[in-house]
Amino acid sequence: MISPSFNAIVPMLCATAGALVVMLAESWRARGERMPLGVLGGIALSAAGIALALLWDQQASSFGVIVADNFGIFVSLVVVVAGLVSIAFSSQVLDRDGIPRGEYYALLLFAIVGMMMMATANDLLVVFIGLEVMSVAVYVLTGIRRDDPRGVEGAFKYFLLGAFASAFLLYGVAFTFGLTGTTRLDGIGQFLAARSMSSSPMVLLAMGLLLVGFAFKISAVPFHMWTPDAYEGAPAVVTGFMSTGVKAAAFAAFTRVFLSAFEPFSADWAPLVWYLAIATMVLGTVVGVAQHNLKRMLAYSSIAHGGYLLVGLVAANQVGKEAILFYLAAYAVTNLAAFGAIALLGTADRANDTLQDYRGLWQSRPMVAGVLTVALLSLGGLPPTAGFIGKWYIFSAAVSAGYYGLAIAGVLTSVISVFFYLRVVVMMYMTEPAGTIAPPVVSRAALATLAVTAAIILYLGVLPTALLDLAAASIDTIF
Amino acid sequence: MLTLLIAVPALGALALLLVPNRGGERDAVVRWLALGISLVVFALALLLWARFDPATAAYQFVERVPWIPRFGISYAVGVDGISLLLVVLTAFLTPIALLSSWESVERSVSAFSLFVLLLEAAMIGVFVATDLFLFYVFWDAMLIPMYFLIGIWGYDQRVYAAVKFMLYTMAGSVLMLVAILGLAYLHSVTTGSYSFDLEQMLTLSLAPRTQFWFFLAFTVAFAIKVPLFPFHTWLPDAHVQAPTAGSVILAGVLLKMGTYGLVRFAFPLFPVAAAYFAPSLALLAVIGIVYGALVAMVQPDMKKLVAYSSVSHLGFVVLGICAMNIQGMQGAVYQMLAHGVTTGGLFLVVGMLSDRRHTRLIADYGGLKAVAPRLTAAFLIITLASIGLPGLNGFVGEFLILFGAFRWAPGFVVVAGLGVILSAVYMLWMVQRVYYGPVAHEENATLPDLRPREWAALAPLVALAIVMGVLPNIFLSPSEPAVRAVVERLDAVRMERAAVRGPEPIALSREP
Repeated sequence: MISPSFNAIVPMLCATAGALVVMLAESWRARGERMPLGVLGGIALSAAGIALALLWDQQASSFGVIVADNFGIFVSLVVVVAGLVSIAFSSQVLDRDGIPRGEYYALLLFAIVGMMMMATANDLLVVFIGLEVMSVAVYVLTGIRRDDPRGVEGAFKYFLLGAFASAFLLYGVAFTFGLTGTTRLDGIGQFLAARSMSSSPMVLLAMGLLLVGFAFKISAVPFHMWTPDAYEGAPAVVTGFMSTGVKAAAFAAFTRVFLSAFEPFSADWAPLVWYLAIATMVLGTVVGVAQHNLKRMLAYSSIAHGGYLLVGLVAANQVGKEAILFYLAAYAVTNLAAFGAIALLGTADRANDTLQDYRGLWQSRPMVAGVLTVALLSLGGLPPTAGFIGKWYIFSAAVSAGYYGLAIAGVLTSVISVFFYLRVVVMMYMTEPAGTIAPPVVSRAALATLAVTAAIILYLGVLPTALLDLAAASIDTIF
Repeated sequence: MLTLLIAVPALGALALLLVPNRGGERDAVVRWLALGISLVVFALALLLWARFDPATAAYQFVERVPWIPRFGISYAVGVDGISLLLVVLTAFLTPIALLSSWESVERSVSAFSLFVLLLEAAMIGVFVATDLFLFYVFWDAMLIPMYFLIGIWGYDQRVYAAVKFMLYTMAGSVLMLVAILGLAYLHSVTTGSYSFDLEQMLTLSLAPRTQFWFFLAFTVAFAIKVPLFPFHTWLPDAHVQAPTAGSVILAGVLLKMGTYGLVRFAFPLFPVAAAYFAPSLALLAVIGIVYGALVAMVQPDMKKLVAYSSVSHLGFVVLGICAMNIQGMQGAVYQMLAHGVTTGGLFLVVGMLSDRRHTRLIADYGGLKAVAPRLTAAFLIITLASIGLPGLNGFVGEFLILFGAFRWAPGFVVVAGLGVILSAVYMLWMVQRVYYGPVAHEENATLPDLRPREWAALAPLVALAIVMGVLPNIFLSPSEPAVRAVVERLDAVRMERAAVRGPEPIALSREP
C-alpha cells in the first residue's frame, strides 16, 4: 500500500472495490447476458478476508479512527464469512425470485463495508457512518422484492424505526462530544476516567441515548418492534445475512463503546443492560412460541439470542468478552444455515416458510432437513453443537461475575426456546408429508454450502478450542 | 478402552448411513449390521468387566485428554465399581432393544438403528465421564436420539410424549448446568484455575449455603430423570408412547442415570446438603413407592402399568441412597441393575403382545397361558423377579435397601414395605388377567408363541434374572469398594461437622 496508515482499511477497500465492480459490470451488461456477479462478490470478500487475516496481531490503525485490532478483525471475519455464505445461497434464490443481481450483490458488499467499519471504528462518528452505510444498504435489501407487499412493509418499518434510532445515536454522540470534547473512544475513556462524574446527568443522558441507538440495532426489547416484520418480509437469504451480520457489527460497536469508553461507568449502565437482557431473553422466547411462520419464529429467536449476548456484556469480565465473540461466530454460522435452508426451500410463487410447509420434509429432502435440524438444535443450545458451547460460555461468564439470576433466566428461556425449535423438527420428521407439492430441487452448490455450515456447527460443538483461543486472543489486545 | 466403548457405537452409527438404503431395500443388512455393532460393544463391555480390578475404589481405565484447556475441561473418562456394571447393562440391553424392533420397526430402519446406536454411545458416555462438562454434554446429547426414537417410531401420542420428555429433562438439567458452572467458578476462586474435573471438585470445601443451592439444582435434574414423585409425570407418557426398543432402553438405562447421578455427583459433592435433604428425598421416594404402586394397580394399559411400577421401584433405589450406609447404597446400585433387567424384560414381553394384537389393554387379553405357554413362562419369571421373590434378582436389591434404610429410619421402611406387597398385588393381578382364565377373545386363540428371534431377546434377560438372584455376589462385589468410598466420604464430612458444632441435629447414620 501507499502508506502504512492505509493498512487498516484495506479490507474495507477490497469490499468497496468489489461493490463498485459489480455495479459497473451490471450497467455494462447486455440485456440477457449472464455474468458471474456472485463470483465477483465472492472474490472481493475473499480478498477482504485475506487482508483481515494478514492484519491479525498487527494493531494497524488508519488515521486514528479505524483500528484494526484483533477484536475488530474477529468480528469483521465473522461478517465476511456471513457474506460469503449468503452469496453461496443467493445464486439459486435470485433467479427464482427475480431479484436484480447487480443491485443485490452491490448492496450486500456495501453493507459489509459498513459492518467492518463499525467493528473497527475507534471514533463515535465513524461508528455512526458505518452504521448508516450498513443500515441504508440493508433497508434496501429488505425491500428488494418490490412486488412483495410484506417485504415493502418490513423495509418501511425497518427504515422508519432505524432512522429514529440513528437520531438517538447521533444525539448521544453529540452529548458525548459536548461533555468530553472528543469523539475518539480512547479520548472519551481517558477523559471520563480522569474526572469522577459518575452521577452527572449529562453522562447518563449521553450513555442512555447511545444505549438506545445500539439497542435498536441489536433488536433488544423494547426496541425490537421492527425485527419480526423486517425478518419476515425480507427474502430469507437477506434475513439470514442481516440477522447475523448486522447483529455482529452492532454488537461489536456496542461492546467497544461501552466496555472501553464508558467502562468507568459500568456501575451505571450494567443494571440497565441487565434489565434489557432479561426482557429480551424472555420476550424473544415467549413470543417465539406463538409463531407459525418459520421466519418470524426465527426473528423472535434472534431477538432472544441478542439477549444472551447482552448477558455477556453485563458480565463484562474476561470470560464475558470472549463469550460474546464466540457466541457471535457460533450464532452466525447457525443462523446462516437455518435461513439458508429456508431460502432454498422456497419457490417463485410461495415462500414455503410456514410450519405446515415443513411436513415430512425429512422424506422428500433428507439432507436439507438434516442441516436444518442441526441448526435448530444449535440454536436451542443442545450439545454437541456450536450453540451449546456458546451458551455454556455466556452463562459461565454470568456465573463468574456473580449474576446467577441472569444465568438461570438464560437457561430457562433456552428450554422454552427448544420447544419451538422442536416444533419444526416435529413437522419435518414426525408428521406425514402434506403431499400436495414437492419441495423444490436444491442445487448442488447450495447443498454443499449447507453441508459445510452444518459441519462447522458440529465441529465448533465438539472441538471449540481453536475458536475459543482466537476469541481470547482478540480480547487480549483491547479493553 | 472406554473411548472405544463410546466410539464403536457412535462411529458404527455413522457407518450405517453409508449403506445405501433408499426405500428400505437393504433393511436386513442394516439390521444385522447394527446388531453386530451392538454385540461388539457388549463384548468390549464384558472384556472391561473381566479386566476390572474389584479391589479398589479408584477409577480404572482412566483416559484424560485436554479438551478446552482454557477452562480446565478435559475429556476424562474412567469407571469404578458403580459405573462398571451400568456400562455393562447398557451394552447388554442395546442388542436386545434392537432385536425387539426387528419386525415392529418397518420404516426408516437405517435412521432407527442410527439413533439407537447414538443413544448407546451417549449413555455409555454419561456413565464413564469423570469431567462434569463432559458428563453434561453426554447427558444432554442423549436426549436428541431418544427424542427422535419416541417421536418418529412411537405410538399415537408420540409427538406429545417426545416433546414432554425433552422439555422436562432439559428444564431440570439446565439448572444443573448453572450449578456446574458455579462449581467451576468456585474452583477458580479457591485454586486460581477453572476445572470441571470431578475429583478436583471433590476437594473443594463448600459453604453449607452454597451446597444447599447446588445440591438442589443437581437433585432436581436427577429427580426428574429417576423420576422421583412429583416429577414423574413425563414418564408414563414417554414409556407408553415409545416403541418397544425405546421403552426397554428408557426403563432399563435412562432412569438409572438419575439415581446414578445422585450417587456419583449430588451426594458426594455436597455431603452437608445431602445429609440435610436426605429425609425429604426419602419421604418423596416412599410416597413414590406407594403412589406408583397404587396407580399401577388401576391401569388398564399394560405398558402404563409397567411404567408406574418403575416409579415405585425407583423409589426404592432413592430410599437406599438416602440411607447413606453401605447396605442401602449397595442395594441401590444392585437394584438399578436388577430393575434394568426386569423392567426391560417386562416391556419386551408387553411389546411382543402388542406387536401380535396391536393393543396393550389388559382387558383385550386373557387365557394366554394355554395359547402361548412359553411366553407366559418367561413373563411369569420376570414378573416374580420384579416383585422381589427370593432367588430372583429383585429380592436382593430390595432386601438390601430395606435393610440399609431400617438402620437409618425404620419409619420409612414400614411404609416402603407396603410397596413390596402392593407390587405383588398389581403385577400378579395383571398376570392373572392376561394369562390365566379362559380365552376371552377369539383373536387371542391363535396367537403364536415365542419365535426364535424373540427367544434370543428374552432368554438372556430371564437367565440373568435368575443368575443375579442366585449369585448376587458376582454383581455386588465390584461395586463394594466404590460404594464404601462414597459412604465414608459422606460419614467423614458429617463427623467433621459434628466435631465442630457439637451434636449434629441432622445425624442420620446410626453407625458408630
